[in-house]
Amino acid sequence: MATLYIDNKPYEVKAGKNLLETCLGLGLDLPYFCWHPSLGSVGACRQCAIKVFKDETDTRGRIVMACMEPVADKQRISIAHPDAVEFRANVIESLMTNHPHDCAVCDEGGSCHLQDMTVMSGHNYRRFRYNKRTFQNQDLGPFINHEMNRCITCYRCVRFYRDYAGGRDLNAFASRSNVYFGREEDGPLESEFSGNLAEICPTGVFTDKTLKEHYTRKWDLTMAPSVCQHCSLGCNTIAGERYGELRMIANRYNGEVNGYFLCDRGRFGYEFTNSDLRIRQPFISKFPVTKQQVLAEVATDIKKGKVIGIGSPRASLQSNFALKQLVGADRFFHGVSDNDHNIADLIVKILKEGPIRVASMHDVQQADAVLILGEDLTNTAPMLALAVRQAVKQQPMKKLAKANIPAWHDAAAKELLQDEKGPLFIASINTTKLDDVATATYHAAPDDIARFGFAIASCLDRSVPSVSNLPGELQSLAQRIADALSNAERPVIISGASSQTQSVIRAAANVAWALHKKNKNTGLAYTLAECNSMGLALMGGHRLNSAFDAVMNGHADTVIVMENDLYRHGKAADVDAFLNKAKKVIVFDHIVHRTVEKAHVVLPAGAFSESDGIVVNNEGRAQRYFQVYECHEPIQESWRWIVDISKFENNVGMGWEHFEGLTRTIAEAEPLLRDINRVSPPASYRIAGQKIPREPHRYSGRTAMLANINVSEPKPPVDPDSPLSYTMEGYKGLPPSSAIPFFWTPGWNSVQSVNKYQEEIGGSLKGGDPGIRLIEPNLKSTLSYFTELPEPFVPMKDHLWTVPLFHIFGSEELSVLGDAVAKRAPQHYIMINALDAAEQKLSENQELAFDVEGQLYRLPVKISTTLPKGLAGLPYGLPGLPNVELPAWLIYKK
Amino acid sequence: MERPLTQHLRADKRPLSLKEYEKVGGYEALRKILKGMTPKAVQEVVKDSHLRGRGGAGFATGLKWSFVPMDGQKPKYLIANADEMEPGTFKDRILLEETPHQLIEGMIVSAYAIQADQSFVFLRWAYKVAAREIEKAIHEAYEAGYLGKNILGSGYDLDMHLHTGVGRYMCGEETALLNSLEGKRATPRAKPPFPQISGLFGKPTIVNNVETLCNIPHIINKGPDWFKALSRTGDSGTKIYGVSGKVKKPGAWELPMGVTMRELIEEYAGGMQDGLKFRGALPGGASTDFLVEEHLDVKLDYANVAAAGSRLGTGTLIILDDKTCPVGFVQNLEHFFAQESCGFCTPCREGLPWVAKILLSLEKGEGTEEDLGLLDFHTKYLGPGNTFCALAPGAMEPLQSALKYFRKDFEEHVHEQCCPWKENEARMRDPRFIKEALQAVGNR
Repeated sequence: MATLYIDNKPYEVKAGKNLLETCLGLGLDLPYFCWHPSLGSVGACRQCAIKVFKDETDTRGRIVMACMEPVADKQRISIAHPDAVEFRANVIESLMTNHPHDCAVCDEGGSCHLQDMTVMSGHNYRRFRYNKRTFQNQDLGPFINHEMNRCITCYRCVRFYRDYAGGRDLNAFASRSNVYFGREEDGPLESEFSGNLAEICPTGVFTDKTLKEHYTRKWDLTMAPSVCQHCSLGCNTIAGERYGELRMIANRYNGEVNGYFLCDRGRFGYEFTNSDLRIRQPFISKFPVTKQQVLAEVATDIKKGKVIGIGSPRASLQSNFALKQLVGADRFFHGVSDNDHNIADLIVKILKEGPIRVASMHDVQQADAVLILGEDLTNTAPMLALAVRQAVKQQPMKKLAKANIPAWHDAAAKELLQDEKGPLFIASINTTKLDDVATATYHAAPDDIARFGFAIASCLDRSVPSVSNLPGELQSLAQRIADALSNAERPVIISGASSQTQSVIRAAANVAWALHKKNKNTGLAYTLAECNSMGLALMGGHRLNSAFDAVMNGHADTVIVMENDLYRHGKAADVDAFLNKAKKVIVFDHIVHRTVEKAHVVLPAGAFSESDGIVVNNEGRAQRYFQVYECHEPIQESWRWIVDISKFENNVGMGWEHFEGLTRTIAEAEPLLRDINRVSPPASYRIAGQKIPREPHRYSGRTAMLANINVSEPKPPVDPDSPLSYTMEGYKGLPPSSAIPFFWTPGWNSVQSVNKYQEEIGGSLKGGDPGIRLIEPNLKSTLSYFTELPEPFVPMKDHLWTVPLFHIFGSEELSVLGDAVAKRAPQHYIMINALDAAEQKLSENQELAFDVEGQLYRLPVKISTTLPKGLAGLPYGLPGLPNVELPAWLIYKK
Repeated sequence: MERPLTQHLRADKRPLSLKEYEKVGGYEALRKILKGMTPKAVQEVVKDSHLRGRGGAGFATGLKWSFVPMDGQKPKYLIANADEMEPGTFKDRILLEETPHQLIEGMIVSAYAIQADQSFVFLRWAYKVAAREIEKAIHEAYEAGYLGKNILGSGYDLDMHLHTGVGRYMCGEETALLNSLEGKRATPRAKPPFPQISGLFGKPTIVNNVETLCNIPHIINKGPDWFKALSRTGDSGTKIYGVSGKVKKPGAWELPMGVTMRELIEEYAGGMQDGLKFRGALPGGASTDFLVEEHLDVKLDYANVAAAGSRLGTGTLIILDDKTCPVGFVQNLEHFFAQESCGFCTPCREGLPWVAKILLSLEKGEGTEEDLGLLDFHTKYLGPGNTFCALAPGAMEPLQSALKYFRKDFEEHVHEQCCPWKENEARMRDPRFIKEALQAVGNR
């Protein structure tokens, strides 16, 4: 600790940080541009100028940039000194010489850091009387709009894009007052994290192109805290609505989960909620009906039929549980393939019964050695890949202290460390985008990856069964990895469900456990298939195939499928047979898919933006998303449909009415979910007697928006489920961390206001980071190592072992239904090794006919030199591509 | 008068070959240190000589070297800053083109003093002749065993490379030079950390000016006391001074440190051209403050020029005469600086073009009173400490001193809404004016 005098007032502050983040952390206003908590300092913009004084007698002081000066004990500084105030205004004046006066038509206006800083700095009179420089803009693809004239040359875009996220195609060009940030030529930004430019850019150079399609000012949005639905990581988001349409997804800071960033699938995948494929009313036999009609129909079906319920890994705990309660626990089935089911159960078992604490994304970022087994993280859990990119910087950073360079001194740190990377080892089926920062990679069939993992574990602890017949080269790589992991202070092992191979998951556990014996700081993280795969696994239920059996055997005749396209989880032929056999198929969902098309009864469910729910991420963190806007009648959450059905059926209901009662019921009924009551404040929660407004206090037009229907301002909807109001009235201060609908503090209209919501800059939110961890390690674990070592993969003549290949844009069901994400999705293909292609005399793009597990395909061939020989890669989940349970053998067809 | 640096220049400008250089005592300093001087001892001698950097900043060379860690780590780098792009400066060019072996020997000795194992000559792109000569000389030095592994059997290894820049003024700033050499944007780095700790590729590095390095062999051969005695003042050694502008014989001469401006202009540059009067001079390249008539007897060394309110800089005078518009003179410079700003920090990137635009307005007869205030404002706003590096503060030096010494000229531009000099020029070319003038003569 150090004592810092700011304008003669003493503060106790942390030593070692820079003065800018120290001042901001104290809640003081000091403008800045080029600094960012996760990018550090470079001293380019000169906006955070303050005065530093030698001692109490020094009255003149000297101007320094707060971001470049470390805190020193007993130091005296001034933010308010007239020289510093004047200098900061002068810097804004400089920036404004070329900045267009187009705030009124700029997308950033109203949530613009440059606007905020301009007002804060007090510059208002233009003395520059010459022309402004102008640039040509580029087409940067479907996600990001480019308007270079607005650039203030803070360099944050390239520092994030290149240095932080590992992108290569965005760069700074030219020099002097003509520096240009863009690509060498027009074209989509290649990084999976390009959307963050919209938040990193302090002004309107890079803006959200999907928002532009239906533009609304941030202050005119109705917003609520939400959780990303597009992978298992559960990144926290802010979802914003106007006129009943979801308009924007922005980052919602969570220090333990996604920090300041989101991936492009998470940010732009929301468009499905506005899609033409949305189910907006109930249907019986494809005919639209009223709510009463459909309730009567379903209530009768349930009374008469032998009902089973199929849940979903993309539906909330609330909806899944409500269905389970409605049909009875023994008639509730997880709507995932048996393989996915087994994998999720295995992962839960390892994490619940093993001795290792699940690594959060923040833990992964801090790891100083990482081993990835079987995952292409960039495509299955993108933000975890971004975390790994930061982890490789950890070990080299230890050298900074010796050279007296603080870690926040970004340019100097980069210079000293050059391209040095800490240990990262990746064993995956094919090359991954993270390979460029990996120490070593190994590409092999899933079983071989598992064997390799076992070998590493065996190097760490001889009591793990060793792997015989491992090539010498691999054995020595295994030893090298074991050594690197042993030498690390905070090693993390990452694996997951995407290889769809249990032995890979077991191997990762073995490595982590063996390491844990030596180092209690070892972390373990598994990715899962979907946003609530973990929640579903914690809840318990039967396998999908037994649901199929139940219908085929006549034990059941009425099927309720909730928010689930069974064709993504089972083989098409099986699902067809199942749905055809069932007397009645009732589907709750928000989007049309093949299962919906086969349903007799369809009930319109709310998408995440129209619902309240809790999902559990891969870390076992239960997190709540809040309804952003009231559903259009008769759309409602699946769980609310269920309570309506039960009331209709027996006039008694489910024993709960609203979100809170339901959540309490879940906590009582499901032992692994007993803590979910604590995820968010109760609906009755008030601050100073007030609710938390979903709308900023500048929200405009509420008396006019619906004037074409009724000139009287309608009564705002009542939210029975949360302490959030649907209005702009309410408590203006900081809400509880789990219920932040948007970031705003006086003078800070842009997302940079998040500084004021944190305990310390870049740390956890005030009141703790949102979410309740449901899985804590069993420190007295008696779990012994897995011993089921798979046989080595042996290629089979005229067959290929087909594995799923994942695509960030395309493999996830919902996001790909939006235009922007769809534009980035790949065409259908089958990938095979060049040697196999040569053997079969196949050339690139030539159509190949083949059969996997009885499913016929005709797909263009993509030839790879990195996919191991004997394997084939089938893209996972692309729209229109039939699903089949993988891995499985492919047989060539003539 | 001793002229150690330029003693072997030939009238035809042909550099000494290796053999010729050896014949006049070349590489003796290298032999001497390899035979019996420790690196620390070499550093001590240079420290004792009080040699100060000739690139412009005048930092003590021996002191600069002493911050390099001597713990045996490798690689370490020595770099000759030969990116001579300061307007009006052409002193290093002479040394580069005509005494390449002197530079190379100076570099090897200096590299030895800090135990560098890699060295670079970072050469201005436009110096084509120098590139050819340096390349040839490096090759000769390798052949002779002065470079490479186990130099002269001493066990000391050093490699040397020639790197030609692409012509950015910014690269003369040592940290921007390092970034450029690494293949990055030529933007400066924050100090600390200093290059001695984290320089090229994050390794200990010394960047010295060409003239500085050329002094080293002589200091080693003849000792610090000899070196100090070369000077007329407290700052030791000789200095290559230059004069450009409308003098009779512009050029560069190696003279004892501390000659006066008057001596330099009158004795060496042959005085002002006929009909022209001295109005002022930038003593050390474009980024130094004007000195004027009252300063003609100031001794041109670091301390005395500083006391007169300017900087010795590179020691190459640019002369302003009374028939040249001082506003146009400064406008030209500020245009250059605005062009050469790297674009990294706000005040420099946005401030310099504004200054250049205002000066152009003045020249075009579109200046206002407010413009003069804005120029004054920028000289403070772009002052030392406010910008990331010294480029903009340097650019403000000629402006602030011009505003001080030639204020009237600036005001005239505003009041007359034209550049008086150009107005004269235009009038001279106007046939009606000539006719009237002739008539006036005839009438008399």
